[in-house]
Amino acid sequence: MTRRGLLLGGAQIAFAGVLGLRMRHMQVDQAAEFRLMAEENRINIHLIPPSRGRIFDREGRLIAENEQTYRITMRREDAGDVEDVIGRLSALVDLRPEDVTRALEEMRTSPPFLQVTVADRVSWEAISRVAVNAPALPGVYPEVGLSRFYPQHETFAHVVGYVGPVSERDLARYEDPEPVLRIPRFQIGKVGVEAKFEEQLRGSAGAKRVEVNAVGRVMRELDRREGEAGADLQLTLDSELQDYIKARLGEESASAVVVDLEHGDVLAIASSPSYDPNKFVRGISVGDYGVLRENNHRPLASKTVQDAYPPGSTFKIVTALAALEAGLIRPDETVYCPGHMEIGSRRFHCWKRAGHGHVNLEQSLRDSCDVYYYDLALKVGIDRIAEMGRKLGLGTAPDVPMSAVTAGLMPDRDWKRRERGAEWRIGDTVNASIGQGYVLTSPLQQAIMVARVATGRSVEPRLVRSVGGLQTPSRGGTPLDIDEAHLKLIRKAMFVVSNSRRGTAYRSRIIAEDMRLAGKTGTSQVLNRVVRNQDVPWEERDHALFVNFAPYDAPRIAVSIVVEHGGGGSSTAAPIARDITLQALYKGTPPLEAYPAGDRERIQAQQERLEAERAKRAAETGRRA
Amino acid sequence: MSYLEYTVKTVPSGWRKVLYLNWPLIILLTAVACVGFLMLYSVAGGALQPWAEPQMERFGLGLAAMFITAMVPIWLWRNLSALIYLVALALLVAVELFGAVGMGAQRWIDLGFMRLQPSELMKIALVMALAAYYDWLPMKRVSRPIWVIAPLILILAPTFLTLTQPDLGTAILLMTAGGLMMFLAGVHWAYFAVVIAAAGGGIYTVFLSRGTPWQLLKDYQFRRIDTFLDPSTDPLGAGYHITQAKIAMGSGGWTGRGFMQGTQSRLNFLPEKHTDFIFNTLAEEFGFVGGFSLLVLYVLVLLFCIVAALQNRDRYSSLLILGIGLTFFLFFAVNMSMVMGLAPVVGVPLPLVSYGGSAMLVLMIAFGLVQSAHIHRPR
Repeated sequence: MTRRGLLLGGAQIAFAGVLGLRMRHMQVDQAAEFRLMAEENRINIHLIPPSRGRIFDREGRLIAENEQTYRITMRREDAGDVEDVIGRLSALVDLRPEDVTRALEEMRTSPPFLQVTVADRVSWEAISRVAVNAPALPGVYPEVGLSRFYPQHETFAHVVGYVGPVSERDLARYEDPEPVLRIPRFQIGKVGVEAKFEEQLRGSAGAKRVEVNAVGRVMRELDRREGEAGADLQLTLDSELQDYIKARLGEESASAVVVDLEHGDVLAIASSPSYDPNKFVRGISVGDYGVLRENNHRPLASKTVQDAYPPGSTFKIVTALAALEAGLIRPDETVYCPGHMEIGSRRFHCWKRAGHGHVNLEQSLRDSCDVYYYDLALKVGIDRIAEMGRKLGLGTAPDVPMSAVTAGLMPDRDWKRRERGAEWRIGDTVNASIGQGYVLTSPLQQAIMVARVATGRSVEPRLVRSVGGLQTPSRGGTPLDIDEAHLKLIRKAMFVVSNSRRGTAYRSRIIAEDMRLAGKTGTSQVLNRVVRNQDVPWEERDHALFVNFAPYDAPRIAVSIVVEHGGGGSSTAAPIARDITLQALYKGTPPLEAYPAGDRERIQAQQERLEAERAKRAAETGRRA
Repeated sequence: MSYLEYTVKTVPSGWRKVLYLNWPLIILLTAVACVGFLMLYSVAGGALQPWAEPQMERFGLGLAAMFITAMVPIWLWRNLSALIYLVALALLVAVELFGAVGMGAQRWIDLGFMRLQPSELMKIALVMALAAYYDWLPMKRVSRPIWVIAPLILILAPTFLTLTQPDLGTAILLMTAGGLMMFLAGVHWAYFAVVIAAAGGGIYTVFLSRGTPWQLLKDYQFRRIDTFLDPSTDPLGAGYHITQAKIAMGSGGWTGRGFMQGTQSRLNFLPEKHTDFIFNTLAEEFGFVGGFSLLVLYVLVLLFCIVAALQNRDRYSSLLILGIGLTFFLFFAVNMSMVMGLAPVVGVPLPLVSYGGSAMLVLMIAFGLVQSAHIHRPR
């Protein structure tokens, strides 16, 4: 028995030795791994959302900022009788029944220490009522957060866009979504500049490390790293001008672009009608959204960049330049316009059925004679016209940080073969030469086209002036490969359009000597027919276009106007262009002396009306930028 | 071994017995219990309540019980062995019939002033009964089949009863301790070879029975075995406890995270931190140094028992001491294996350290028996 006792004793001690070795293995050899796992267990990282970069206009006026929002949260374990506390709370604050039922459900199913939102976006008054009554409301906590606010409401909706809470679709866009996007109700840019500059505006999230226990209750905060606020953006836009344009366009379905020629700065880019982006930030109601969608003036569309129209007669600038550059015409060479032209078996009409008689280049633009350009089209051919169009910025999407920027269409033989599977026909060239047929341009492209003609440089639109205080490079461009003499001829012809008694835009001239305007009207057909605009429904009327630069002697700005179904370019678009041009050149309400004497009375009345409208709107929205 | 040869004329009597107590053993036991108090204080977040103070009171009670047991001559205990075994067996049956159900298992009888766990009592009673049996049985009959079957029945009856409670840990403990007692008593090797082979087959049968109407273990017991074999299969479910226990243990490192600084136990990641998994708290807060020290204390207790047994020429005393030492060993070996991920979680407490009344009291009485055998040893 002694022998067996010793044997068994030895076995026991040997086993104890094994235990000791195992202990050593775990606690010495694997200690680092286990220590890491223990830390992972106990430490949770809570993200602190960064405050989004603000957006200013070129003068430093706010376009997008972050406002404090208040919400009411509740913690079950502190509240005691939840129903009772909510009852008392609803006496102080308007609670929506669906919010209450959701909150009650959430509190019932989640751990008692979790804070549950009972009411979101409550007013400051409501929050202070809750704070004052805190002793009677155990477990109720007012919380402050940040939310995007657009103080100028409708004015910049199409440019700046809006933010909204991160959706599953947003997350799917990213390969590896940043954790900050998982913060509930975190806002990211959905459209426009807000979306295009999302990365810069967002900033980086801060984090606090907290110690949690096994059921997730926060025991204490270990440390905190503040986030980095997003970069502020300064746009090249001028709020005053943009706001004026919005008022001037009024109820029309129209768009206007003003480009500064020196650096390509977009001073204004407005679509009308517009919408209030703040509604989208808060989560627009189905009803409100339906109203916006049903409206046949399409308030949601950013017409300046995402809609392409046939440029109509404004395109004659391109055709004329192409012909001059090809050396096929001399400016004084005339073409006889009998009011129409036979090409093949088809008869192409001039807008003036009686015909213009003999017209040279300048007269052709002044009178907007179509036959002259039919003749040029036959000489020049579509490929050279298209080449010139592309040189002037047509057919490619302008590089602006806005949503759904269209490239328009600058057709040529290849394009038709590729896209339509048909040969280019001479009639197509004839149509294209006067900006009809396949040619499509956006209002922004039109403005760029004029800017390039006015400067001879490859001006590109610049919408963002600085990011986080860092200036963006000038986009004034480099000299285009176009003969300056030819450009001068075109500019002169455009001057004549606006300032010659016979010019199509003579009625919308500027008489201030140093502010003279040079432009081109355009009327693009929506339907091919020969009836007067007043006699057809709104949807079938022609689009009115106008492009111009000013002042003629030392061009500073280029302007492009499209009034959808507005009728004629000279009657509808040109007066708007003149008002906007003067407003931009004078950086405010222009003196009446700039207008021809006959218009002053009417213009004064208009100025007073618009001033009153803008003041009223500013009062309504509470703030004026 | 010369120390076995020495003779003392008389067995001490009266209060002189106190002088003949195995004092180093008492000091060791107290040291182990103190480790327990410290850890219970720590896991309560630095408070005597709810665990440390009751544990101290019970240890005091246990010490008193140990002294009283030690004062009673060992031959009286030997004569009472059979009776105590029968009482324990009867209580096991009673708990089966009227016992309170706690933690999904039927384990104790509420006596009003305390909850009695008969299975704890049985651990000692079985050792006593087997020691008495082999003391009575002449050596030459020990390996005869008929005389092997009798102790087998003594072992298997309580094993079966505890298994049905269900208390797998105690059942394994009873069976192993009983078997090893037979081995110590000199039962022929061949029997053990047969039993080990049969056990292998038995385990196979148990696994085979899974999912059938007559399955031998409860589902949770099967799951525990699964989790033991591969804890990673279910890190948040059944494997959670063992994973967290290992993290607690391993993150202690050499010297631990400091007294009351163990994040795993303090933040409740560690399950059953005051009972079965208390060793992990120790290992987390005092590291390898702390954990190994406790292991050394246990081994010393064991060594003192083995030495005391070998010193003793009385067959009953010797077998009893070795059996109690063995039970003690099985307690801490199974518990430590379990919390270090070497054995499935079967619910065996760490002796004298884990919070628990019955186990502590019974163990102290057992060491009282060791003391009694030591004092009243033939000289």
